[in-house]
Amino acid sequence: MIIFDVRNAAGELQTLELPTDINLSLMEVLKASEYPIAATCGGMALCATCHIEVLKGAEKLGPPTDAELDMIDTLPHATAHSRLACQIRLGEQLNGAVIVLKG
Amino acid sequence: MVTTDICIIGAGPVGLFTVFEAGLLKMRCHLVDALPQIGGQLSEIYPKKPIYDIPGFPSVNAQELVDNLKLQAEPFKPTFTLGERVNSMTRLDDGGFLLTTSDNTSIQCKVVVIAAGLGSFEPRKPELANLEHFEGKGVAYMVKDPETFRNKKLVIAGGGDSALDWTIHLASIAERVTLVHRNESFRGAPDSTEKVFDLAREGRIDLLLSANLQAVHGNGKLNAVTVAGKENVVRNIETDYLIPLFGLSPKLGPIAEWGLNLDKSAIEVNTFDYSTNVPGVFAIGDINTYPGKLKLILCGFHEAALMAQSAFRFVHPNQKLSFKYTTVNGVNTF
Repeated sequence: MIIFDVRNAAGELQTLELPTDINLSLMEVLKASEYPIAATCGGMALCATCHIEVLKGAEKLGPPTDAELDMIDTLPHATAHSRLACQIRLGEQLNGAVIVLKG
Repeated sequence: MVTTDICIIGAGPVGLFTVFEAGLLKMRCHLVDALPQIGGQLSEIYPKKPIYDIPGFPSVNAQELVDNLKLQAEPFKPTFTLGERVNSMTRLDDGGFLLTTSDNTSIQCKVVVIAAGLGSFEPRKPELANLEHFEGKGVAYMVKDPETFRNKKLVIAGGGDSALDWTIHLASIAERVTLVHRNESFRGAPDSTEKVFDLAREGRIDLLLSANLQAVHGNGKLNAVTVAGKENVVRNIETDYLIPLFGLSPKLGPIAEWGLNLDKSAIEVNTFDYSTNVPGVFAIGDINTYPGKLKLILCGFHEAALMAQSAFRFVHPNQKLSFKYTTVNGVNTF
């Protein structure tokens, strides 16, 4: 199982438990878990509607690509912890992570 | 006043194809879009990306698909109101509708087709207390007419191409331009980045890097912004305008207030003809929802074709609709 914590815009914390064998991005998993993510561009790192902050476990996720950084750089509320959920694959590296939805 | 048979809200791929399907049934269309160009998110967000699931096209670039849809719609002479958002929808005594846009354009129609995708693209706003009090009174999220800013003091915030391009353009028009960006460098076009650094070196603009907007001030009208810079050095900058340029994000907007049944941010429809709970109003494409809904362009095309059959009853109530194949009858234009 992959287990990590998600905090929504209202500050509510939920622990997600997912099997290791589903081939989805973190954005797709969050959408499937009924979080209000528009995902306008469908996962191409072009709309930033899946903007999240990774507060714990970011180092295990691998560095963002240039395309992702370009997009994040245009956002008003980006921080050093900002990532786009569509660019993160669901996998064991997410175990123990804490993410906050920014939208 | 624009008068038409069908007013389509949203000029994305599904809205454009609706012109064709409606046209085959002798219904004229007017399209309204909040963006200044047609194509919806295809043109706005990913014009150069290939799309692989359009029947008959193993691969087609998003903008190429939009261009082709426009070409396909052209024989039916669609008209457009672009760069304006539909703000209100009122039922008229004759059963039709009156739509009014953000720039007070009025459109009278017999049928409303909402093909608005995820809503209208609105500027992303920085989270600053009282920012909305100064909108239109010193805070502008886009540059419509650069002359507005002649001999004025401006603060531009953002690090993308539009922030860079407008900084360069307005540097020679405004009295003073200050560009505020949260990073130490820019990821926009290298050309523009270099120009901005040159302008700063020459003292023609003020460039505040690793800086964030913190507050807006004024009395009825904006007169200053507070910016926190490196090592949390906070400064107040006197300014006539603040132009935050952080891109666009889709919002459902006023559609939510029109008495339509919604499920989250999508409009509930009957899959018989994609009609909403308001007679004469249809919703197709990504904006609608029903059991089994897939947000695909090709599904929106299918929905447009079925919707047009029912819309016909509102536009030509005394005529009988007989279904005809384009292969047999060709495309009889207006």
